[in-house]
Parts: sequence; structure tokens; C-alpha cells
Amino acid sequence: MIATNPYLGKDLIGLEPLSADQIRAILDTAEPFKEISERPIKKVPVLRGKTIVNLFFEPSTRTRISFEFAEKRLSADTVNVAASGSSVQKGETLVDTARNLEAMRIDMVVIRHSASGAAQFLAERIASNVVNAGDGRHEHPTQALLDMLTIRDHFGRIEGVKVCIVGDILHSRVARSNIWGLRKLGAEVGVCGPRTLLPPAVQELGVHVFPRIEEAIEWADALNVLRLQLERMQAGFIPSLREYNRIFGVTRERVERAPRDLLILHPGPMNRGVEIDSDVADGPHSVILDQVTNGVAVRMAVLYLLAGGAPETAEAAKRGGGAE
Amino acid sequence: MSPRPILLRGGRVIDPSQGVDDVCDVLLGEGAVVGVGREIAPPEGTEVIDVSGLIVAPGFIDVHVHLREPGGEHKETIATGARAAAAGGFTAVCAMPNTDPPIDDPASVGFVAAEGARVGAARVYPVGAVSVGLKGERLTEVGEMVDAGAVAITDDGRPVWDAGLMRLALEYTQTFGIPVASHCEELALSRGGSMNEGLVSARLGLVGIPNAAEDVMIARDLMLAELTGGRLHIQHVSTRRGVEMIRAAKERGVAVTAEATPHHFTLTDEAVDQYRTDAKMNPPLRSAADREAVRQGVADGTLDVIATDHAPHHYDEKEQAFDEAPFGIVGLETAIGLTVTQLVDSGVIDLRRMVERMSCAPARAFRLPGGTLRVGAPADVTVFDPAEEWVVDPTKFLSKSRNTPFAGWKLRGRAVYTIVGGRIVWKGRE
Repeated sequence: MIATNPYLGKDLIGLEPLSADQIRAILDTAEPFKEISERPIKKVPVLRGKTIVNLFFEPSTRTRISFEFAEKRLSADTVNVAASGSSVQKGETLVDTARNLEAMRIDMVVIRHSASGAAQFLAERIASNVVNAGDGRHEHPTQALLDMLTIRDHFGRIEGVKVCIVGDILHSRVARSNIWGLRKLGAEVGVCGPRTLLPPAVQELGVHVFPRIEEAIEWADALNVLRLQLERMQAGFIPSLREYNRIFGVTRERVERAPRDLLILHPGPMNRGVEIDSDVADGPHSVILDQVTNGVAVRMAVLYLLAGGAPETAEAAKRGGGAE
Repeated sequence: MSPRPILLRGGRVIDPSQGVDDVCDVLLGEGAVVGVGREIAPPEGTEVIDVSGLIVAPGFIDVHVHLREPGGEHKETIATGARAAAAGGFTAVCAMPNTDPPIDDPASVGFVAAEGARVGAARVYPVGAVSVGLKGERLTEVGEMVDAGAVAITDDGRPVWDAGLMRLALEYTQTFGIPVASHCEELALSRGGSMNEGLVSARLGLVGIPNAAEDVMIARDLMLAELTGGRLHIQHVSTRRGVEMIRAAKERGVAVTAEATPHHFTLTDEAVDQYRTDAKMNPPLRSAADREAVRQGVADGTLDVIATDHAPHHYDEKEQAFDEAPFGIVGLETAIGLTVTQLVDSGVIDLRRMVERMSCAPARAFRLPGGTLRVGAPADVTVFDPAEEWVVDPTKFLSKSRNTPFAGWKLRGRAVYTIVGGRIVWKGRE
């Protein structure tokens, strides 16, 4: 039987539909799971007997591996399906893929797809739990959750922290999930980037808009620096990567002029020398690798909760016994 | 053999073309209107139908439908589309040419006309393409297409992006007195877009189509109509500025007509939430302010015509991720219900204006027979009940397709009899 968790519902499609309590429950559940990855034997039987399919229609290294570690450390049986070489490449539609997975009686699907709404599309059509690992420009909820966990680790809270997301907000699912999640937990959220890479209605999302990176740095406690895709230059959104670095790059000179210590996050993979300079990425205020570590814990928490686990029993669950 | 005469007895006859709004009788015979008046004595052999409590109007005409034949018969055929039209209270429809192959020469125009005549439901008037192959490069043989039955030309589904070609079309058509119907979209501003640009598109992470994509093309076409004196018909107006510009152009005397669709005067882009592909259409559903402007445009006649842009798609084409699903919804069988419920019941227009927008104005805009119950006019009559409440059940549609955002909606107003050439082609109740 597919679990519907009282805390999250059947699926995790995005942070927009979640309440602050639900988001907090995921972050709190991630805390005890962090320690599993520090053990010599990194495996607990929480999801023993559960089958999970990682369905990646878009190439991904970091997110896919992070999910896979989370699943394996919780003892789930996993199958990876990549779009290349699968029936998807032979023209199978998303709905047929969904039905075939359903027929194989799997428990959960982790989906990454280039179309906004693909995760919800799948979730509406199959009884299995669906976890969105990034759909088009829509949401990437586990990335935002790990960003938030990292911010909470550092500041001890999220409420009142000023977080500015820098770069290509328009095309970014990471930005959208962060905006929803951070605002629900009481953070102040800013965005900064060239106007061509901000959604036209961005103010209506309840964020401060900073036209210049200097103003964003003046204001923020933390910067979440997004990857600038090379294609954006080819499509004419920005004239050149060089100019982007000159005007919007998070450089050491700019960070040093910040009125307070500035926490630096980046969801990766980085374009060093474009959106972020190496000495910032590798500098003392960077938590970029902490984000990666937290990613596994957050994804373990999400899988555990969707499988029917309760936040308060996560500590006990990881010592033995399943999710139920 | 012509059908026996029909006497529609005791209905409220609304015929704005001759200023009639009265409870009286309508007599039809030999395919034409024989008389409108009080207590007409039926000749021998007349079928007398009691239509008391119902509205009797000149037949409704939908100047914008996609019947998909040839090439898209899995979505709709001329036969299923013409029957769906009759069931929706339309006595005539204008079939768009963006089929596969497109309707861009006299032979294909003749095929649509002949197939429509063979089916014998609603009349089917072919609309030819502006450009050969809908490629936007070279003008079609307009004169020959008119001779074969075309009533207008359009490249609908896409804009005539070349302003020079649009100018030629607006000039060349003047010999034949037909309008150029324009799908106004600046592709450089809409490319990649799948819904209205705004807060909802920002939330859903979908590429938006700004109002300006439509507005700049409406502005261009109005100027070209003014330059040439040609007859321009602007299709599916969805924006506030579009309505304003058309209103201003009409005040200057530009020969322009324009249409509003039921979905644009009913829904906003909020309907797209949850990635509902049945709310994906082009132009997209806009903001509440735009919807209000469209309603006002229908009320004051800036938007002369209510047309459905009936755009059937097979269910599995719509059952895809939002970006990948095609644009368009079916509209023939919900048009009367939506117009009564959304515009008449809420006081935006009265029933007389509704008949004007759905019958008289479309007939005038495309110079079609009908749109009137004058003696001698074609016996095309729509009898509808503006008070009938019903729930939209797409499984009952006569259209081959079910792609509507209005499934489960409770509507008021429905066709009871659709009469074409004096023959009953739809009976809504026993």
C-alpha cells in the first residue's frame, strides 16, 4: 500500500502548497538523519522493502546522486531510469511512462523533467508517492529545503534572515522554491539580476528586487548565487558572460565591502569566474559544500515522511525498524 | 424535395435586423422565411411547433471554428463539427483553413463546401488561407477561392507576420468584398510562451505571452486597414488595449470588425493553475482587467461578434505536460450557455444584443446570407431557452473532442431547435 503521510500528503511537488509547519517538520526530521552519513556503516533499515525509481528526463549528477545516497542509506531498493537509452527516447509519452511504472507496483518515484508541471502531472496519475527533483522552471523543493537547512544551521533560525537570490531568477526552479519556502518561514527574500532574467511579475511574489548586486550585498545576510547557464547568453538575455561577471558577479571585492559577514550559498554546479569568483566560492563564508551534505539528510527526511514516518519518531526509526 | 412548412408558434421573436422583439409566430417554407407576425394561420401540411417561453432568433453564426478536416480527423471532421454546431444552436459556421493540407486553393475550398453541404447539419462556409501553405510568403488565388465558396481569408493559427503581405491581402480582397480575418500575434514576443504573462506564469514557471504580443499586431493591422480601406476582421481579442484600439479605430471610420470568445469573457489566467491544459489556448486567458474590457467591448459593440474559436484536440494530445499540449478548446456546444450565464444574466448585455452579436453582426461581417428573419431570408433559425439550467457533460458532446475547461459547470441557456434552410437539424428536447 502506498503511504499518504499525515504531515506531507502523498507527494512533494513544491514548497508553494506547503504550510510553514510542514516545511519545519521536514527540516526538523532532517536533523537526526544528518548523523547517519557520519557513521562508518551508513545504512539504517527505515525504508527496507520499499522500491524507488529515480526517473531523470534531464541530465543531473548532483541531485540524482544525492537522492540515490539518501535512498540507499535508508535501505530502499532503487532503480535509476535516465531518459537517454530508455523508452522515453523512443517516443513514449509521460503518461505511458507513468502507467508502466504504476503497473510495476513501485512505492515512490523521484522525477526530474524539463517541463514545468511534469511532477504534478505524474503525481495526479499514479498512486505512488512522487518527489519532484526539479520540473522545468517551476520548483525544485528539495534543493530549497537543503538551502534552508544550511541557513538555519548557520544562523540558528530562518525567521528574519535576509536572503538574496542572485542571477537567473526567470528560468530558475531553485529560485521559486526558495522564495516560497523562505517566505513561509519568515525570512526576508530579495532577488537580484538583470531585468531580462527576472520574471515580469517578480514583485508580486513578495520579494525585494535589487537592480544592482552592490545594493543586494549591502542588504543581505546571505546570498544564494544561481548558476548562469551559457544558453542564456546565446538566447540574448545577457550580452556576454564577461559583462555579467562585471556587473552581477559575486566577487571578493564586493563581498568584502558587505556591512556584515555574508553567508554564500550556491546550488551548483558553479561557473567559476562568471556568477561567482573562486575566492568567494572557496572562501571562509562559503557553505556550498555544507549544502551538499545537507542535501542527503533533507532527501532522507522527505522520503521517510512520504513513506509514512512521523517527525518525532525519526530518531527512533534510524536506530532500527521501518517507517511504519 | 423541400421540407414541409414549419410554424414556430408563440415564441419571443428577437430579430434586431428589423427591430423586432415581440411574442409572435414565424412561418418557414421553401427554405425561406415566409412571415413573422401575430397568429399566422398555418397553410395545410405545416408542422406547428409550440415555442412559447422560448426565444426565436435568426440563426446563430460562428465565424471562427476549426473543423480539422482534412488531416486532423481524429480531432474533428466536417460532419462531427457541423453536427456539434447544430447542437450548440449554430445554423452556420466558418471553417478555418489551417488544416493539413491547408485550405489554400479552389479545390480544397470546394471540398469543404461540398462536404458541409453533404452533411446537412449547420451550414459550413469555407475560409481560405491568406498565403499559400500558410507560409506567410505569397498570396493565394483569392478570386478563385471566392468562386469556390470561400467567404473570407485568414492564416489563423498564426499571424501574417509580413506587414507587406497583409497590406496586399487587405487591398486584393476589395475586389471580392470579403474580409481578411487576422490572428494578431507578434511571434517575436510570444515565442515559446504557453500562457498569459503575469503572476500565474511566474508561479508556475511557464513562459508567458505578454498582452503586447497581441496589441502590437492589432495596432499594425488597424493601420494597414486604414491605409488600404480593406475590410479587417480581428479574431479572438483578449486584451484591454486591443479593445481600446479597435474602439478608437471604429470611431475614425476604419472598416474593422472584431470578435470575442466565450472563454475570454468568462475565464482568467487563474484557470491555468494546476497546469490545466484544457485552459491552454491562444491568445491565452488574460487578467481580470482584460476580461472586463472584453465584456465591455461586447456590450458597446466594439467587439461585434461572439465567436467560439472551436479548437478540438484529441484527449491524449491534451494529456501532456503543459508546454507540450496544443492550444485550443472546443466551444460550439457551450457558447449559448456561457453567453447567457456570463453576459446576459449578469446584465452586461440583454438578449437582443446577444442575438445581434451571435447572428446579425457575424452575418454582416462576413457578408453571409442569414442574420435576419426578413421575409425571403434563408429559413435559418435558432430557438433557445435562456432559462434552461444544465450541467456541461463533455461525454455528451457531438463534437469528437472533449477539451473544455467548463466540464461540470452549471450553465443557463441552451438551444432547443436549430433550423437550417427550413429543416430541423437539432432538437434539444422531445
